Amino acid sequence: MSSDSDDLKDLYQEVVLEHSKRPRNYRVVEGANHEAAGHNPLCGDQLSVTMKVDGDVIRDIGFQGQGCAISRASASLMTGVVKDKTRAEAEALFEKVHKLVTEGPESMDVDSLGKLAVLSGVSEFPARVKCASLAWHTMRAALEGRDEAVSTE
Amino acid sequence: MSAFDVQRVREDFPLLRQEVRGRPLVYLDSAATAQKPQAVIDAIVRFYQHDNANVHRGVHILSERATEAYEGARETVRGFLNARDAREIIFVRGTTEAINLVAQTYGRKHVGPGDEILITQMEHHANIVPWRMLCEQTGATLRVIPVDDRGELVLDAVDALLTEKTRILAVTHVSNALGTVNPVKELTRRAHAKGIPVLVDGAQSVTHFPVDVQDLGCDFYALSGHKLFGPTGIGVLYGRLERLEPMPPYQGGGDMILSVTMEKITYNRVPHRFEAGTPNLEGAVGLAAAIRYLQALGLDAIAEHDRALMAYATQALESVPGLRLVGTAREKAGVLSFTLEDIHPHDVGTILDREGICIRTGHHCAQPVMQHFKLPATARASLALYNTREDVDALVRGLHKVREVFR
Repeated sequence: MSSDSDDLKDLYQEVVLEHSKRPRNYRVVEGANHEAAGHNPLCGDQLSVTMKVDGDVIRDIGFQGQGCAISRASASLMTGVVKDKTRAEAEALFEKVHKLVTEGPESMDVDSLGKLAVLSGVSEFPARVKCASLAWHTMRAALEGRDEAVSTE
Repeated sequence: MSAFDVQRVREDFPLLRQEVRGRPLVYLDSAATAQKPQAVIDAIVRFYQHDNANVHRGVHILSERATEAYEGARETVRGFLNARDAREIIFVRGTTEAINLVAQTYGRKHVGPGDEILITQMEHHANIVPWRMLCEQTGATLRVIPVDDRGELVLDAVDALLTEKTRILAVTHVSNALGTVNPVKELTRRAHAKGIPVLVDGAQSVTHFPVDVQDLGCDFYALSGHKLFGPTGIGVLYGRLERLEPMPPYQGGGDMILSVTMEKITYNRVPHRFEAGTPNLEGAVGLAAAIRYLQALGLDAIAEHDRALMAYATQALESVPGLRLVGTAREKAGVLSFTLEDIHPHDVGTILDREGICIRTGHHCAQPVMQHFKLPATARASLALYNTREDVDALVRGLHKVREVFR
């Protein structure tokens, strides 16, 4: 059992704070052919994901929007790892992250997650799972070409 | 006036006597829902252990007792609001249902294409959406009284917005997102001068100061039991008898009729006409117990405690570097909305939660006023009669901790 302040340190790791303050790929992708908007009505978070998909490969991905540290960091990390991945690989990463933030790091081989492992702390905070997964749901909707805005509710 | 002893008051609220996350619970979310005194919990248990039966129809002793308890609760609410007549008190599920009831009965009868409904920029969604729906149903237009940067209504704009097309003015007494106390008596006077009825959303007001509906002069007043230290699922619509009498029914069912044949239905009198089906008996009983509890403490003494604590909390929060209060009206009650540097309120809430401090974060179901302040969300601490200066001090310490994490 970890203490509450350890949990907080796990949630707000340096990498998470750094990504939330200086998010990567915070832009609209030029010549994007896939996009989607995501919304978390609970906290008002809103973000959009734009992508350039070439055949089966995500050549470029960016995001913009407003949100808490967790949602910004998760979105920023996502754009880093999904770039140059195939659709199937991106989908597999979605599943892994979803499992990580809902079931916790004990449920999987965390080392296989690379940078995304910093999201491990989220599972101790059920109210924050939606923050961490919003960008990923939006990315998947963009890939699938769904028009309607993604909502976490 | 009896001396108000907040430590003794806290003893009456069993939920507050607990530790969460290894720390004493600091509950600063009473604007969302208030905790319940033992007197309310006991009243509900007693009702089910001794008096439970359906009302208004049984010939047996239990039905008599249940009817007495239910109608007695109506009388208790009447006294609390200083309504003239207990028939002016309609039990509903909460403030939301009260407003929907007025929109769908009074509104459907009196509002037509080209008419206007006037609300304000600082309304809770419960006092926006029912009117928006009515506009869609009738072809009427929703007009809005603006707020200024302190979070006060722009009163200079009101007279021009009250036109010959305005069918109702619906305004909150206290803003749940900003804490602003609105001058509803003055607004009612101005609306009535043009023959326009007024509905006041009292969800956040009755918990902090005495309300006298006759003095305010408003036509409708809505409140929720659960914010008034009573149970969830019970609320009140006060309506002046002369307004209620000609209003068509709301929902159809038992209790709201006098007689039914397949050809003809005769509706019951006010207030029963608006209370279809078996009512929330335990809710009414619990709400009455909450009101009696507050009256025993003294409504003026509670108001004084809340005022003093609000002043203390305002000063304490202003001392936190990077904290900006959202809503700085000259008259406020119970609610302190704020932002902390550029830290998202959701992150503030999570870190405070780990310190055992419960606040609300988000848009507080009042997105239009958030849009006015160009904020997606704020953190909100709200105060009630059981809160202490120590609670406020804990919040301030927690906010320093938030700044540390995000340093």
